Amino acid sequence: MTATFECRDLGKSFGSTQALRNVNISIAPGRVVGLLGPNGSGKTTLIKLANGLLSPSHGEVLICGEEPGPESKALVSYLPDKTCMPMWMNVEQLMDFFQDFYADFDRQRAETMLDRLGLDRKKKLRQMSKGTKEKVQLIMVMSRKAKLYLLDEPIGGVDPATRDYILDTIIRNYDPEAVVLISTHLISDVEKVLDEVLFINQGQIALQASVDDIRQQYGKSVDEYFREVFKC
Amino acid sequence: MDWTFNNDMPIYSQLVDKIKLSIVSGQLPPGEKLSTVRDLAAEAKVNPNTMQRAFQELEREGLVFSQRSSGRFVTEDMEVIMEAKKAMARQYILGFMENMEKLGYTPQEIINLIKEGKEEDKQ
Repeated sequence: MTATFECRDLGKSFGSTQALRNVNISIAPGRVVGLLGPNGSGKTTLIKLANGLLSPSHGEVLICGEEPGPESKALVSYLPDKTCMPMWMNVEQLMDFFQDFYADFDRQRAETMLDRLGLDRKKKLRQMSKGTKEKVQLIMVMSRKAKLYLLDEPIGGVDPATRDYILDTIIRNYDPEAVVLISTHLISDVEKVLDEVLFINQGQIALQASVDDIRQQYGKSVDEYFREVFKC
Repeated sequence: MDWTFNNDMPIYSQLVDKIKLSIVSGQLPPGEKLSTVRDLAAEAKVNPNTMQRAFQELEREGLVFSQRSSGRFVTEDMEVIMEAKKAMARQYILGFMENMEKLGYTPQEIINLIKEGKEEDKQ
């Protein structure tokens, strides 16, 4: 079976700074994976390499066996670490926009999720709070029938109730054949929704293991284990 | 169902325990149809694969069974349910005895304490 997401000896340097090195990862279809690491460990760099916003200095990234390009972009749904939507649009226009650009955009799914939030379709993004904007963007991203969802800090700046809503949205909407890669440092919040975790530190993958294996082996949660491994 | 989890145990085994408790207590009666893995996972806010693994374990123990097209059901075999109930009771007692022994009580003293407690409850 072809891995949905694979890195082979991947490295990325910015000038003299090595942001990533010797990264080897393989993720099979149907997994929800946490990309966990301290600030500046290379999480966002890895995600940007995966969606072709950066190109590798060394090694390769493969999405369903292909290098990032127009074909892989049709398979990858990306939630950036910053909200980047045209702020002058209202929700209705934003859905039109996604429908134009992505053949796999499922408008019905988006409508259902927006209904759950009770969101006014005529409201402009500019008029929304930060948390609501994040929710809207996540709804758009999760409404695509993608093979790989790359979610960069989806719960970073929102309150705990909104976090629950966002994680719930992720669990309810991902395709059982798809991979969801969630980067975060809020481990205790995401732990329950993950199959496996990748610990990343100083640009290197320190561990790839299943959540329940870590709990079984060390008798502690992934959050506690992370604090121990990355103790300052 | 209460879907809070401890930190020191795998999530799937805690799911197994919670569903098992619902079955042996009759909250999920014999023959009852279970929600889908996806719905239950969403309710418990856990990964669907983890819920799936919990159900596989319950199936292995014979407490639930799946029927190809119509879904998953609680077993109707009362013997299996009673056996699971006893096993859980034994586990609780073991944990209780351990704690009481840490307090320095002998098994006979523990039995007397339980009897006293019951008398007080009656009054």
